[in-house]
Amino acid sequence: MARRYDSRTTIFSPEGRLYQVEYAMEAISHAGTALGILAKDGVVLAAEKKTASKLLEQLASSEKIFQLSDHSCCAVAGYTSDANTLINYLRLEAQKYLFTYNETIPIEQLVQKLCDLKQSYTQYGGLRPYGVSFLYAGHDDDFGFQLYHSDPSGNYSGWKATCIGANSSAAQSILKQDYKEEITLKEAKSLAVKILNKTMDTTNMGSDKLEFATLSVSAGGKVVYKIFKPEEIEQLLKDEGVLTAPTEQTATSDTPSGVQ
Amino acid sequence: MEALFGITGKGFVLTASDTTMARSIVIMKHGEDKSRVLNKNTLMMYTGEAGDTVQFAEYVQRNVQLYGIRNGVPLSAHATASYTRRELAKALRTRNPYHVNLLIAGTDPKTETPELYWLDHMASMVKMPFAAQGYASYFCMSTMDRYWKPDMTLEEAKALMQKCIDELKIRFIASLPQFTIKIVDKDGIRDVQL
Repeated sequence: MARRYDSRTTIFSPEGRLYQVEYAMEAISHAGTALGILAKDGVVLAAEKKTASKLLEQLASSEKIFQLSDHSCCAVAGYTSDANTLINYLRLEAQKYLFTYNETIPIEQLVQKLCDLKQSYTQYGGLRPYGVSFLYAGHDDDFGFQLYHSDPSGNYSGWKATCIGANSSAAQSILKQDYKEEITLKEAKSLAVKILNKTMDTTNMGSDKLEFATLSVSAGGKVVYKIFKPEEIEQLLKDEGVLTAPTEQTATSDTPSGVQ
Repeated sequence: MEALFGITGKGFVLTASDTTMARSIVIMKHGEDKSRVLNKNTLMMYTGEAGDTVQFAEYVQRNVQLYGIRNGVPLSAHATASYTRRELAKALRTRNPYHVNLLIAGTDPKTETPELYWLDHMASMVKMPFAAQGYASYFCMSTMDRYWKPDMTLEEAKALMQKCIDELKIRFIASLPQFTIKIVDKDGIRDVQL
């Protein structure tokens, strides 16, 4: 009986639910963990890569963390192909704002733009919603550093620290415990490593399973986006004392294909 | 024959616009305010083709207002000027471009930095410490260039504005008997007397 309302994104079930949207969120809860921590002098994004086979070629671009504009970046959890489309959209919107106003887009407006698009797929018929959640890190003059989360329903919210993807609730409870106001970027980086180390299914952490990026402000007042190179991730893991030798491991079987 | 002026000082922009509405050789109206308040800290002054000016100024005004309501943060003077320039540039390549020349004056309420932008109907934009639009610029840019200095007080700026208006009275063939003088600062936009 439940099937009657399953296949239609735009139709409420008698209990007032939108099944397709819930299923999209379910897909994300199997995706690799992505977490973000807002520090007083920057933002950290960290993500767990699900596909780690030694036969797999490393892509030129990163898999889960992307730069959106000079002053923003995001981490994704969910269908990578959907994410690519949306990231393209986000980058375009950021540049469109710059073109019109000759100023960088405020982060919340960028998030809102994408959420308007995501929302439309929960309402217009015959289409499926995007199976992606995002963590956005950004900086603007009005509100400084910011961290946002958006889900397939088109909801978004601002956070001091949050986590999406597999084991996100476990990670979130550690964050709740260990996050303190006025945390520095350096402390936030170690906290991110510590949490990923605790919540990732794998026993051996390595640069092949992690992506790391920070957003900070340089001495000259310019926003700096830094995506960590494998060596830098190894160094970070070493500093935190959680580095273990990389071993071969394939994606866990309960993850749908394409979900990262 | 219309004239607009803007002079930046310490924490404010002093603006002046003539109040004469003329068509051909006939004065149709005295006492017209050739400006629109875009938001609390940004003022747009306009000259040009009669219908175009008000239409365009109010179009920009409402879009700037909409931005403020939608985003909860007012559009900055710099962003407003860039947006306005973009709109002029878009219209320029259509069959019916706007024939308007503008001065946009704003003061950032947080930093108290005054900003003054000069835009013409060909959609060029320049940020200036002082500016004039129309024939007035032929007479008064030299006056302002000679007497303007950074961080002027309101009294100094008023004196300079008076000099410019006096210069027009002496040298300009058309008579511009009355000017609306406004100040744009962190507290908003107010009428002042010279």
